[in-house]
Amino acid sequence: MDNVFIEALVRALAVGTPLLLASLGAILNERGGVVNLGVEGMMAVGALAAFAVAVAPGGNLWLAVLAAAAAGALLASLHAFATVTLRANQFVSGLALALLGTGAAGLLGKRYEGAPLFNKVPDWNLAGFVISPFTVFALLLAGALAFYLNSTRSGLTLRSVGENPAAADVLGVNVGRVRTGAVLAGGALAGVAGAFLALSYRASWADNMTAGLGWIAVALVIFVGWRPLRAILGALFFGVLYYLQFRLQGNSPIPTEVFSAMPFVLVLVVLALAGLRGQQGDAPAGLGRAYVRGER
Amino acid sequence: MRFTALSAPSAARAAWVTLAAVVVALLLCALIFVFYGVSPGTVYGTMLRGTLGDSTGLAEVARRTIPLLLIGSGLALAFRAQFFNIGAEGQVLLGAVFAAGTGLFVPLPGVLLLPAMFIMGAVGGGLWAGIAAWLRRLNVNEILSTLMLNYIAVAVVTYLIAGPWKGKEVRGYIYTDLFPENGFLAVVPGTQVHWPTLVLGVAGALALQWVLSRSTFGYALRVVGENPGAARYAGLSAGRVATTVALITGGMAGLAGAGEVAGIHHRLLEAGQISLGYGFTAVIVAWLARGNPALCLITAPVMAIILAGGDLLKIDLNMPFRVVDVFSGVILLCLISSEVFIRNRVTWGTGRTVGRKANG
Repeated sequence: MDNVFIEALVRALAVGTPLLLASLGAILNERGGVVNLGVEGMMAVGALAAFAVAVAPGGNLWLAVLAAAAAGALLASLHAFATVTLRANQFVSGLALALLGTGAAGLLGKRYEGAPLFNKVPDWNLAGFVISPFTVFALLLAGALAFYLNSTRSGLTLRSVGENPAAADVLGVNVGRVRTGAVLAGGALAGVAGAFLALSYRASWADNMTAGLGWIAVALVIFVGWRPLRAILGALFFGVLYYLQFRLQGNSPIPTEVFSAMPFVLVLVVLALAGLRGQQGDAPAGLGRAYVRGER
Repeated sequence: MRFTALSAPSAARAAWVTLAAVVVALLLCALIFVFYGVSPGTVYGTMLRGTLGDSTGLAEVARRTIPLLLIGSGLALAFRAQFFNIGAEGQVLLGAVFAAGTGLFVPLPGVLLLPAMFIMGAVGGGLWAGIAAWLRRLNVNEILSTLMLNYIAVAVVTYLIAGPWKGKEVRGYIYTDLFPENGFLAVVPGTQVHWPTLVLGVAGALALQWVLSRSTFGYALRVVGENPGAARYAGLSAGRVATTVALITGGMAGLAGAGEVAGIHHRLLEAGQISLGYGFTAVIVAWLARGNPALCLITAPVMAIILAGGDLLKIDLNMPFRVVDVFSGVILLCLISSEVFIRNRVTWGTGRTVGRKANG
């Protein structure tokens, strides 16, 4: 009994790890007032960059993770330029980023399809729990991000840029620079989420290996009300769902398609519940809108 | 870089900026092809020769224009109302499901079958978009909800063709039996161009343009889209406009799905074969047309060249079909980024002066 429970928890944590990493990144840039729906694309290029570096001759895992972060940030920089500098529609730009990222990863990654990864990131054994270092990093990061947003001066500045960019501007904050930085950091974290898939969880590369996780991460941010610590619970919740999907498949009279659609149905239900509870009220007030000086 | 708002941006300026954005996008894509290891010249040459170079190519472009025109003109309307429906892909699939269900299981006299399939297709697509419209009333962002509904629609199609609707005569394959012959749509001989759907698309685009620019509903839609505050003041219900727009857009996408199964496949089959990413490509069709359904008559064939070209790249150069997503993403990014250059004059410099008058 205990074993089943622990196995479920460990597996839920594993699936929840990319969700947590990517949604922490999204929380960071959304607290700064920029929505980036391109998480799926940034995860895809992150996964590819990580895998490509890891299988290269002399490939180093640390370098692979760094490459993933850089790839995610690079893609995010297009979003930052389009939405912060050129004031383009944040939602549509994010969609374009998702298309471009998954497309470019699928195109450039074709040569890696089916190639094995011999130096997978080794799991840690913590008091009997077999856990990926990525999971530990994601959990610690959630705590760090909560501290950063609530208790540091720089975190406060970031939040003020998301809540009331005009006021922050008057106080001498460079709104554009802060927002750009937050978007880049969000992209880097989405890239690392992709690296987890390519280096640890699947230890391989395949087209569409992100399989909608990026979109769920975006929805998770709303679900957890833009709070990093709550994101742990949210990611765990979806992790448990994926685990149940895996366990019940074939063992029940319910068709498999019901399980493959389940996470997406649940996202809808969860978003509707969040909407009914008025949780959208927790969104940063300046979220989704370009800041133009002198305009309200 | 500083922007100064233009009081009346001209149509010519919009056209030039749009053209420039597309050129920049093609250059950026060329860069990605260099990374992939193919010369951009080969890629663009292959695409152009195989699409506009001969009658077969033109027929392939026409075939893909049909769904893009139907979906795109509906989306153009939706974007004008600030309803960001990204779920046309799912709405196409539900349209195909409803049309196929009608074709397979509803015993109708011959002449009525095809019209019934199209009507049910529109109902299916409208229903799927209607869910998103309803969720929006609960404050669920429609971009997220329509996207989630795409994934769910794929599961619905897979379930049906592998489960209860699996064909009796198809052995191991997962698709349904063929529709009765009365459910086959006419095509231009020797091609897969189901011209009745094309006629429907042209008529639909023109009708929607009329609705947008001449009808009372179109007026309400434009006000809600351009100035939600004023709309509320004038007593226009943004929620009701969004719902109507969602139903129209979803219905148009559903028609596209019905056309694909009735005109080309004659059965329900895997989601990836019913739609080649029409839902996402149509977003660009609508954006290129700057929210004018009638302009989709020009922009739909343009994007159809990219879809048909993507197929050629797959066959001739052995590139993954994902290349289409690269095109779509880059073009869309360039288009929305260029918008600021239509409405503003740009002056270069690092001056610290405020680029725009207060309360401007």
